[in-house]
Amino acid sequence: MNLLSVENVSKTYTGHKALDDVSLDVPQGTIYGLLGPNGAGKTTLIRIINHITAPDSGSVTFDGHPLTAADVEHIGYLPEERGLYKKMKVGEQAIFFARLKGLSKPDATRQLKEWFDRFEIGSWWNRKVEELSKGMAQKVQFIVTVLHRPKLLIFDEPFSGFDPINANLLRDEILRLRDEGSTVIFSTHNMASVEELCANITLINKGKNILTGNVDEIRHRFSDGRYDILFSGDPRALMNELSGLASAFELKEAPRDKHSLRMLLNPDTTLRSVIEKANAAVEITGINEVMASMNDIFISTVGNNDTQLNQQLL
Amino acid sequence: MNSKIGIVIGREFMERVHKKSFIVTTLLMPVFMLIMMAAPALIMTMSKSDNREILVVDNSGYIAAGLKNDETTTYTRVNMPLDSAIARTDVFGVLYIPSEVDGGTVGVKLFTNGASSMALESDIADNIDKIIEQHRLKSYNIENLDEIMSKIHSDVKLQSVRNDKEEGENQSSTVLSYILGIVLTFLLYMCLLLYGQMVMTSIIEEKNNRVLEIVVSSVKPTQLMLGKICGIGLVAVTQIVIWGVLIAAMSAFLLPALVPAEMASELTALNSGTLDVGSAATDMEILQAMSIMGNVGYIIQLFGMLILFLVGGFLLYSAIFAAIGSSVDNIQDASQLQSFVIFPIIIGIVLGMTAASDPTSTLSLWTSFIPFTSPMVMMARIPSGIPGWQIAVSLVILYASFLALVWVAAKIYRVGIFMYGKKPTFKDLLRWARYK
Repeated sequence: MNLLSVENVSKTYTGHKALDDVSLDVPQGTIYGLLGPNGAGKTTLIRIINHITAPDSGSVTFDGHPLTAADVEHIGYLPEERGLYKKMKVGEQAIFFARLKGLSKPDATRQLKEWFDRFEIGSWWNRKVEELSKGMAQKVQFIVTVLHRPKLLIFDEPFSGFDPINANLLRDEILRLRDEGSTVIFSTHNMASVEELCANITLINKGKNILTGNVDEIRHRFSDGRYDILFSGDPRALMNELSGLASAFELKEAPRDKHSLRMLLNPDTTLRSVIEKANAAVEITGINEVMASMNDIFISTVGNNDTQLNQQLL
Repeated sequence: MNSKIGIVIGREFMERVHKKSFIVTTLLMPVFMLIMMAAPALIMTMSKSDNREILVVDNSGYIAAGLKNDETTTYTRVNMPLDSAIARTDVFGVLYIPSEVDGGTVGVKLFTNGASSMALESDIADNIDKIIEQHRLKSYNIENLDEIMSKIHSDVKLQSVRNDKEEGENQSSTVLSYILGIVLTFLLYMCLLLYGQMVMTSIIEEKNNRVLEIVVSSVKPTQLMLGKICGIGLVAVTQIVIWGVLIAAMSAFLLPALVPAEMASELTALNSGTLDVGSAATDMEILQAMSIMGNVGYIIQLFGMLILFLVGGFLLYSAIFAAIGSSVDNIQDASQLQSFVIFPIIIGIVLGMTAASDPTSTLSLWTSFIPFTSPMVMMARIPSGIPGWQIAVSLVILYASFLALVWVAAKIYRVGIFMYGKKPTFKDLLRWARYK
């Protein structure tokens, strides 16, 4: 079931088309990657989902009904550009934001205390935000975003500004929230974290949805039939044996006197025939398909799209 | 959804009321005003200390004898030529009176060894005028001149009474009305500017540190804007209410204690309408002013009016301030657009000053209906006691214009808060206001 459906949404700002007929479905309880180069229209889409701006055309369905202003109480949004009231005390501020999301003051206080304990920042309660470091403020901001247990969480570059330890802590919290039933929209330029966290993605370029689907399927689709063979033995013998079946060999040293050979299988060559030939030459310890990285997919898809658009213009 | 506005109002209000600067200014302002009022009297008593000796070279023969010494000035007649009198530097100065004083105009010279004062010079001139007048009268050889003079001497005391007011409220003091008008207009002007700009800077700050993006993901931009305006407006009202209470308390308890005993009995007589104006020892203007200042109900009424016009004026102007604040990234960029608000406020205070001195002129009447100037002009006119319907019409126009303007401002705000980078022009703002 989809928690959020965006259908044919368009939005124009003074002649500039920020979103052009964008559709996407976010399944309940998953992490959904919203990708795209800078200025592609991600923020505009996020603002529409947040009910901050209205689309010119198209519709947004949230939890089975058309999105209304009241739904923002079930959405938590962590924008890329973080901000808190500098002169306000951390605790008061967190309560203020929680109340805006519909929590009562006692509820907000109780839940905040729990979160502050879990993040081990209880002593910050009465400190002003301006006294905190950037990373500390980010933690407070994260708690503010998730405190009201929203059905939909929108994180825009959540890991920026965090050291690896805290980034890990944050990642675990995001996964925990997903496991507890929250749906997450995750916007980032860090493709490694997309591979790690996201089940589905949508790639937007120049206001248009140019790629959408399951991350594993997409990576398969973009894979061109390269394999890595991990083996011990004579690399030369192996390459001789396989020269009729594959090309573009890349040999690498692997730990414990092993080697890793990357190759591109010839068309119509089966993996089975490769294994048979290789078995004869060397001791195989592993073989696996080389999946296209999200990074490569991003670059090639956006690049192709830009070239197409330029050609259309010419 | 309205409870969200309430939460925003609460935050804006508490943030400012908790500040030390707010508490200090709120409590010190009435004290400061009291000192300002008492200052002229204090300065007068303190400046009387020095003693001046003036040598008089009198060629007329009778004027020097008539000059009377007072607490600060001693006149000494000397029989020496003017040059040697001027050579004396140990005295304050030398007064030279020519021998020919029977003509129409008399030329008298004062040579001083330092700065002279206006009070002293007019004192000397008045004194000599009287002496010469008396001398000339005597030259007609009228019988019983002194007796006649004391009989024809008159002292007019004018008590003005308003016919259009009820008994007990009909005392009027033009001077006090003028002073109150000026003070109230100025107070309003300061509040409009101070709190209006507070709305603007606070929006710029929110936009600048990007907290806005988070707030508007929970609250509609229009609600946030209204919440901010109302929250800050409430701070202004709180301040005025505290001042009103403090001043009313002073008028009720402090003023009676400060009034000298003989004046107090006259004041009571004046208030009950039994005062024999002719025999009153105190100046009528002061007595009537005291009577009004001692009327707690009147003061509360004035502050009530001040709050009504302050709120209306603040809402009107802060809507524009909010629209400007939303459209720029920093205070520097705001300065140019700000002139669109500050200019009418300044026109308002200038017209208010004019209205205080002539509250019933046609200009004052019309500008007290125009919403941009009406708060200040009205506050200048109200102490003079103007018809109630004028106040009502002015208020209705003011609040109606606020509603119209806040609607436009909200449209600009909604677009402006997401605009970064380019410094907008007035034309841009108008374009944003037309967005769907």
